Formats: sequence, structure tokens, C-alpha cells
Amino acid sequence: MYPQQFDYHRATSITEAIGLLGSLPDAKLVSGGHSLIPAMKLRAAQPAAVVDIGRIPGLDGIESEGDGKGGSLVLGALATHAAVADSGVVRRVCPMLAEAAAAIGDIQVRNRGTLGGSLAHADPGADYPAAMLALGAEITAVGPAGGRTIPAVDFFVDILTTALEETEIITAVRIPHAPASAYLKHRHPASSYAVVGAAARMRVEDGEVSDCAVGIGGVDGKAVLAGAAAAALCGGPASPERIAAAAARVEDAFAGPLGDLYASGEFRTHLAGVYAKRALGLAASRAAA
Amino acid sequence: MSHRVRIRVNGAAEEAEVESRLLLCHLLRDRLGLTGTNIGCDTSQCGSCTVLMDGQAVKSCTILAVQADGSEITTIEGLAGEGGLHPIQQAFWDNHGLQCGFCTPGMILTAVEILERHPSASDAEIRHGLEGNICRCTGYENIVKSIVAAGAREAR
Amino acid sequence: MGRYVGTSVKRREDPRFLRGKGRYVANLQLPGMVHVAVKRSPHAHARIVGMDTSAALAMHGVLAVFTGQDFRDGGCGALPCGWQVPDTRVPERPVVVTDRVRHVGDSVAVVVAESPYLAADAVEAIEVDYEPLPAVVDARRTTEEAAPVVHEGIEDNISWRWGLGDREACDQAFREADEIVELELVNQRLIPTAMEPRAAAAQWDAASEEMTVWTTSQNPHPIRLLLSAFTLGIPESRLRVISPDVGGGFGSKIFHYPEEVIVPWVARRVGRPVRWVATRTESQMTDSHGRDHVTVAKLAMKSDGTFTGLDVETWANQGAYLSTFAPLIPTALYITLLSGNYRIPGVFGQAYGTLTHTVPVDAYRGAGRPEAAYLVERLVDLAAVRLGRDPLALRRQNAIRKEEFPYQTPVAFCYDSGDYERLLQTAADRAGYDAMREAQTEARAAGELRGVGVVCCIEASGPAPSAVAGSLGSAVGFWESGEVRVHPTGQVSVFTGSHAHGQGHETTFAQVAADELGVPIETVEVVHGDTGRVNFGMGTYGSRSACVGGSALVRSAEKVRDKVRKIGAHLLEAAEEDVEYDRSAGRVQVKGAPERGKDFGEIAFAAYTAHSLPEGMEPGLDFVSFYDPSNFTFPASSHICEVEICPESWQVRILRYVAVDDVGKVINPMIVEGQIQGGVVQGVGQALTEVGAYSESGQLLSGTLLEYAVPRADLLPGIEVARIETPSPHNPLGVKGAGEMGTIAATAAVANAVADALAPLGVHHVEMPITPERIWRAVRSARDAARDAA
Repeated sequence: MYPQQFDYHRATSITEAIGLLGSLPDAKLVSGGHSLIPAMKLRAAQPAAVVDIGRIPGLDGIESEGDGKGGSLVLGALATHAAVADSGVVRRVCPMLAEAAAAIGDIQVRNRGTLGGSLAHADPGADYPAAMLALGAEITAVGPAGGRTIPAVDFFVDILTTALEETEIITAVRIPHAPASAYLKHRHPASSYAVVGAAARMRVEDGEVSDCAVGIGGVDGKAVLAGAAAAALCGGPASPERIAAAAARVEDAFAGPLGDLYASGEFRTHLAGVYAKRALGLAASRAAA
Repeated sequence: MSHRVRIRVNGAAEEAEVESRLLLCHLLRDRLGLTGTNIGCDTSQCGSCTVLMDGQAVKSCTILAVQADGSEITTIEGLAGEGGLHPIQQAFWDNHGLQCGFCTPGMILTAVEILERHPSASDAEIRHGLEGNICRCTGYENIVKSIVAAGAREAR
Repeated sequence: MGRYVGTSVKRREDPRFLRGKGRYVANLQLPGMVHVAVKRSPHAHARIVGMDTSAALAMHGVLAVFTGQDFRDGGCGALPCGWQVPDTRVPERPVVVTDRVRHVGDSVAVVVAESPYLAADAVEAIEVDYEPLPAVVDARRTTEEAAPVVHEGIEDNISWRWGLGDREACDQAFREADEIVELELVNQRLIPTAMEPRAAAAQWDAASEEMTVWTTSQNPHPIRLLLSAFTLGIPESRLRVISPDVGGGFGSKIFHYPEEVIVPWVARRVGRPVRWVATRTESQMTDSHGRDHVTVAKLAMKSDGTFTGLDVETWANQGAYLSTFAPLIPTALYITLLSGNYRIPGVFGQAYGTLTHTVPVDAYRGAGRPEAAYLVERLVDLAAVRLGRDPLALRRQNAIRKEEFPYQTPVAFCYDSGDYERLLQTAADRAGYDAMREAQTEARAAGELRGVGVVCCIEASGPAPSAVAGSLGSAVGFWESGEVRVHPTGQVSVFTGSHAHGQGHETTFAQVAADELGVPIETVEVVHGDTGRVNFGMGTYGSRSACVGGSALVRSAEKVRDKVRKIGAHLLEAAEEDVEYDRSAGRVQVKGAPERGKDFGEIAFAAYTAHSLPEGMEPGLDFVSFYDPSNFTFPASSHICEVEICPESWQVRILRYVAVDDVGKVINPMIVEGQIQGGVVQGVGQALTEVGAYSESGQLLSGTLLEYAVPRADLLPGIEVARIETPSPHNPLGVKGAGEMGTIAATAAVANAVADALAPLGVHHVEMPITPERIWRAVRSARDAARDAA
């Protein structure tokens, strides 16, 4: 298929990109292009202009700052899924993130697709958003008025809709270390998107879960935090029984499960409990390790 | 809006004036005559159009030609030296890793990256690694066998 | 046995594909070529009230826009249906519609532009004013009184009715049955999805008034015939149709499609070469689909497990129009196979070909036979559950015995040869069936859901005796042509009317010819796919190429050998009966004095110099044969599949897949194995992932590969393939055809394994594709039903 006509601009800096977004009517950002270009080929997206930020230097870093409880990962918006999935430091300090990245699409897609692009697109079947919620990520965006930090929980607004202003660009994501974390996915057999993606993180201190979060993607129009499930697990051991009971509370989080040809909203809700249980179990085993 | 694109394709410098919207696969096929890069879907699922871009497997149907400016592209035509076959191509021949041949260029170029990442990849790892490539003819059995064989040959 | 047949000769066509030099239609670049795009209906059913093409015409790079009326006025005929059972009502299928659209994707207008990008822009700029009308998509519900009529004049939406079998014996079996199992099922619609989307190109030579058409077809000669006689009107003598390398077909590229008419018509009209390449989205919405049956069936048996009767009623969705061979599939390729591999005295099948607002349905890999196999094999498993019998043992009990061949079924076919007990035993041995059952018992004790699916399947291949096809409704014959042309140097060109689009004929047919003549395979080239070079032939489908096309080549090679022997004897100054043709060396020699001989090349040269030929013999060494088979061939198989189902996510995991097939004699074991493996995965795809789905209003819900789940590499852990050989007694190669058996058996094998795994939960049938959700729902219903009963 063939995209409609548009003007292509390559930005060499964030400032230039913000300027282009502000001055060009109906402009879209592209980096890896793996969300936008397929939509443009199907002519479901028909922007008048495309601003390519894919070559802006210094935006693809993956770094770990600090260690232990206060440590965090800082990832540039242009870090590819492959880079995140393959990163030794990410796998060590935040295995959930590496697992979510590795679950996206396929080798070719991961080589091109970027963290910032995936977050800004906010597809309900994307793998990153659930992980961002569960990890308590902070998304840094820069606009004409300067930069701001948006907590993940405020970032995802609705289906394909984020808190970003039209002229704002994601530059980085900061994620607290979460060595006891995991991401598991029920993969759509055709699209490879998440039918359900479950992201679980916990901290176990003195044999009790002191902190926990569960993010679920693929069910509602946006990824959600399953607060009741997390609360149910805190304050006691991460035993299989308590994990199962907590996972059963995941369904409380959904406002309106979506269905498709492959799986109805009702079944996705069922699967969410199953995958939440498994992700919590895996995170617990990492906490114990 | 048009753009001057300079890329190296299979080792040769190429220059082309392209519209913003021209896809890399069409630049390769229609302008440079490299029709080994096949197009099998519209939505980045099938992997038939896979090429190596700066050494990485990518789907050329989901990249604008202008985005590829300055990069180094390897298509199936340029994988092996003049007249010869790359070890993966040879393994596909030896192991009947193709039938209609349409998905084959994409399979082989993806296999290049799979084996670069894991030279002794297991059967299951290869099956997983091929998640972005669809073959309708072979049932994948001999494709996997071919890639295992190519990996073993490289390991020797 | 010669040097090559029976051995795994590496494929000679591979190097060009491996190097990216495949010659697919989409790769054609003709000087001055322009591009066609088709405006398609977004509605399943609508009246076209108006159309404005002015904006499109005014666009930069647009040469022309044509409507349905232009094609009609310009002499384009309707697309014909080449197989009509008695009293078939054939709706008119125009190349481009004029007043009414009947499925999403129906062609509405045609744009010609300088590039595919510009053509796509212009298509978008055409404004069509539709008056949407109610639509119907379901094979059976379309026959209800209230359903919208698809074509005026066919008010009940039934295009044809066809019944076959012994009604009386069938009724008697059910009257006298000890046990009856019943099943209502849907054999879901599939989208063939060859990886190469359809394409066509054409060039009109105004000076010679000759048209060349390149098309992604499995059968260029029938396409030329249809273009010439029905749709385009250019005489065959001035029309050359070329199917170069074709990227998979699976049946979907047999048929005559609108774009094959549009492209040459436009090429002549605009005086430029023209190309059209379908996008995947276009392919999914306009390629003929497969399957789509609703069936009600029951099997009668004695308490000892002896099958006595099978009664089947099927509503076969034909779509909005009758595609080229559509009525054949649910009749002579389906009902005729309902006896399966079993002795069932009272079989009767009734089918209705129904019209709906969906894309036409026609042959897709297996074509009728997988539908029959799935039905019969599901019923046999239900019977085993009912009787508390092992499904393999029950099959063995009812299987037609080796000594009963040729075996006449109650549904027309006479099976040529087979050994189904050995087939079942080989599969059981290969799979370690008893150990599988033990493992299942242990798994069940541990609360796991594990199942073993066994099938025994039959196929009718190698269509077909032309007279039989004619009596069943075919408008054409199904023989095949094969020409063996020996050049003066002794090089050999083999021309076949079959067409390869992945099957490897350039290798297997060279193996056959080389062995028949006793020459090195390197000296043999195989030519196919070009009506300008090859004698009329019927093409490739129905696993017919080796049986019918291969046999034609053998016949021609025999004629070559005979002439070579005569010339050799003459040159050796020996009596004809005193010389022999040594097929191991390609040499004619004096019996008992092999040192006195003439080589093949020497004799070929002599045939062309004609300096010294036997009295009255014509020069040259070139023979063509037209082989019409005396019967179908009947490949058979027994496959065993082992699955595990997660009791939480309900995902099915295939643990092992064992395929034992009898495709008769094998020319190239490597290629046959590849055919079986590929077929199996397509069959598994139907069982687990694939469905061509329409909404109630006729929107295609699986129109891209984002929704239509073609199996990926990790769907199976691998396939274990084995063979037994019972040669076909009626063709010279003893072959039966290997292209479809894998698909025919695999769907039922997986479905049976899943049902077996779920049996402890009271679930005995899950509709396909067997998705986790469908299992989840089936288990819940069974649980609820059990609770209600308690």
C-alpha cells in the first residue's frame, strides 16, 4: 500500500523538532516509524507533514544511576526495543522492562521501533505501557515552554491518547530499579500485539511484600494499574496462595474491556488474572533470588 | 516534496531523488531494480521485504526511503559475493528450505541476524526468531533445519 | 528404477530464488509501463446511485478512469463458471460492476496512472454514491425466507443442489442402528494467503495485434481460453498468457479473476504496457476464499463398532458469484469422499450451494476433501467416545482392507489401491501410540489436559478422467500435455502443461525425463507456464501434476525411445528386434554385444541430419502426448497429534506431530516431505488460528495479516514425517499426488487431539479455529450443563 503525499522534515535537534511541530499544520513525529508508517500505508493516518526525530543525537542512551533502593534507569526516547531487550543492565536491574521490550513485534520491528514512539502512540495492545505503569516510570517531555515530567499513571489517557501536548516530544524515561519484576504476555497470533500483557513488580522485605504494582495492557483502551491486586498482596508473604488471591482482584481495574475477532473483553479479563498471577509469581521468585 | 537520498546498496553508492512518501522497498525494487526484496503484506507482518540496514534486519516496507539516507543496505542480491552463495543461501538449497521462493530473501536476511546473535541457536530459538517472517509453503520445518545447518557450518 | 527417480535431487530452480532473481509478475518492468488500481466497494451490498470520477481524472499522472459501463461497452464479457452441476443457476459476474455491489471488494472502477502511488491517490479521489442494502453472509441463514436476495431471479439464494449416495441403504442403516452419533459443525471460511499477492501485467503489440498477459496463475492455458472465449475476446492465436514464477497458489490462483481481464483490456485501450499488483489487503478481500460449510451429519453403527450409515447435509457458501470451479468443490470433491477410509454401506450426502454477500469461495488446498475428512474423522472420534473404544482401534476395525482394493464406495469413487491398516500401524509405531496413551493417563492423574488425536484420511487426487469430469458438470477436460523435444545435440527440452509455483517441477519432471531416456539430468530443461511455448495444458491443482502431467511426459519419452531405438538399429545395421535401449546409459546397442551401440546424442543428431533414416521415417525427434487418466488416484494418510492444553489460559500446545502418508511412488522424497510438512502446517492453521470472518453486515473482519493468523514458525515444535508406498496401479509412474494430503489430515488430527484432551471436562467438540476463548467457553458450558444436570 501507498501512503498519501506529505512533507518530510528531518530534525537535527529537539528544539528544531518542536519548532517544526509548532509551525507545520497537521504534523506527526516519526522515529522508528513502526506505528505511524503502517497506519499511513493503510491511509488510516494522513498527516500533512512528518517530522523525523530519529537521528537527533544523544537520545538513545540506556543508563543506570545509583544503586539499590534509590537507583534508577534513564532511557532515551530513541532507545530501540532491541537495545532495551539486549541491555545487560536493564535485564539486571529491571528484568520486566527487558521482557516487555523483547515481547514487542519481532526482530525487525524491535530493530527500528523506539521506546518514545511506542509510548506516544499508546496502542492498547502495546507492551511498554503496562510496564511503565507498574514500574512507576516518569516520562520527560519537552515542549515550546520547556520540559516537564509526567508520571506514567497520568501519561496514558485513553486509547491512542496520551497527556502529551501536540508540540511536546518525549525525550527520556526514568524508571526506578525493580529487580523483582516480570512481564508476561498472551500474544495475538496474527498481529503479535498483547491480547493481555501483565507487568508485575514487588519488593519483599523480611519475608513480606512491602511494595507491589501490577500493570495490565491489552484489555482496556489503555493500560491500567491494578491497585486492588497490588494492595491485596502487600503486607504478607508472596506465597502462591496470596498471589492467586491478589491476581483475582485484577479485574477490578478494568473500565471497559475491548474485544476483537480473537478474544472478547470477557476472555481478556479472564486472561489478565492468569497472566497477572504468573507475572507476580515470576517477580516473587526474583525477589527471593 | 522531494529529497536527494544517498545510500550504499550492496556496496555500491546510489543516489536518487525521491518523494517523501516513497517506501524503501519501492526504491530498491522499482528504482534500483533489486526485485529480490518482495512485498507480501501491508502491515509489517510477513517479513518478505526484510533487508539489512547498517547490519540489522529491518522491514523495508515500513521505512521511508528518505529515512534510509546515508545508510548501508544489503539486499538478497548482495548477500553473497559475485556468483557464489552465502552459507545461509547454500544451507537453504541443501535442506530444501524454500518452495515458491517468495518469502525466501526475507527469511535468509532475518536468519543472518538470528545467527549473528546466536550462532548455535537451537531449533526453538530459531522458530522464535522467525516470528516476523511468514512462509505459507514449507511449514517452516526445512527453513529451521537450513538455519541450524548454516549455524553449524559457520561454527566449524 | 532409474538413476534419479526416487532420489532427493536438490532443486534446480533454487539458485535463482536464493539470489533474489525470482521472476514474479510484480518484478516485470516494461518500457512505458503504467499502473492500474481498482476502486473497490466498502459495502457488502449496495446500489450504486452515482459516481464522480472527474477529480481523479484531473489528477497529475492519471491517464484514464474506466467504469463498469466502459468495460461492458468495450466488449468485456462476464466471468464464466466452468463447473456446473445440473440445474445450476449462475449469477452474472461482471468484470467491473455497473449498478450493484455484492461483496466488500467488488470492483467498481479502474484507474490508470503513471505510478502505483498516483493510482492509489486517484482511486481515493473517485466519489461513489452508494445506497446501502441489507446483506447476508451465513451459508445456511441466507436460505431463510427473510434473507436479502443476492441476485434477482435466485430468490432462495440457492444456486444449486446436489445429492449423491444410496438413500435407501442410508435410511435403513439408521433404522437398524444400535448407536447413532450426531454432529452439527461449521467448517470455517479460510483465506488462502499465498505469500505473493495476485498480480497481472499486459502488453499490446498494435502492429502484430498480439496481446501478452503475465498473470499469477496456476494454469495459464485455461486462463487464455477463458480470456479468449468469454471475457476479453482476443483470439487464442493472438493471445499469449505467461505465468512466470508464482509465489504460491494453494488453489487461489487457479481461477479467472476480474483483474486478469481489466489489465489487458486497459493495455490495448491506453496503448501502454500495464501492470497491477494487489496489495495484501486487496488480496485478502478479493482472492477466492476456501471452505465455509455449515453441516449437519450423523453416523450409524452397530454396538460392536461397525459403521453402517452416514447421512450428511451441507450448506456450502459460494459467495456473491460462482467462481471458476466453485460448484465442484462441495460436490464431486466432497460428498464423494464421505466414505473416508472405511466400509460404510449406507452413505448419503446432500449439498446446497448458497449465495451470500461475501467474496466467492472456491478451491483452497485440499478443496472439499479436507471438509470431508474433518467431518468423517470428527464423527469417528465421537463414535469412539460413545462406544468407549480406542479411536485407533475403531478406525482399524472399519478400515477398508488391503485385499478389498479396488474398492467401490457408495459415493461414486472406486479407490485404486491402499493399505490403511499398515498406515495406521506405521503411524502408531512412529508415534509410540501406546506410550502416548500411558503418558496421557499419567498426565490426567496429575490434573493436566493432554490429548492424542488420530486420523485416517483419504484423498482423491490427479483430476481427472475427462469424461467423468464432464459427466459431473465440468466444462473442460482434465488431461495434461507433455512434450519431449530432443535437440540435435542430444539436449532435451521438456514442456509440460502443469505449472509449478513451489512444487519443484523443474526438478522432478527432469528426473522423470532423464530416467526415461537414460540421459544426464543436466541435459534436461523443463519449460512450463507459457502458452507461447507449451502445448495446451490444464495446469496444476488437485495434486495432479505428477499423476497426469508426469504421465504425459512418460508417454512422450516412450515415443522418443521407440524412434531412437529404430534409428539406432538402422545405424547399427541391425534388425530392430536385435537391439535394445539401455536406459541406464541412454544408448541403443545390439543385444548380447553391448560394445556395438550408438549413443543418444549421436542418434539425435542423425534424426536431424536425416542423412540416413529408416525407410519412410520422418526427420526430427520431438513428441507430444496428451494423457487422460483412467481414474483419480487415492492417496491416504494416518496422522497422530499430541497436544497439551493449559487449564488456565486454554492455549493449545502441540507436543508432537507424526504424519504417515501414502502418496504412491515418490519421485523426489525431499520434495514430497516438504509438501507434506507445508500441508500439515496449513491444516493446523485451520484447526487453531485461521478464520476469514465477516461481520453480520458483511464487513471483512480479517482483511489484513493483523487479524488473519497465518501460522508462524513456532506453532509446531516440528513434524515427524514417514511414508508407506502403495503404487497407483493405473498411471505409469505409480504416483498418487502429494500436494494436499498434509492439509487434509492435519485439521482433523489437531481437532481430535483437542477434543480428546478436553474429554475429562465433558467437552467433545470445539468449533474451529480452536482458540483459547472457544475452549474456555466450551468448558464453562459443559460445567454449567453438568451442574444443571446434577
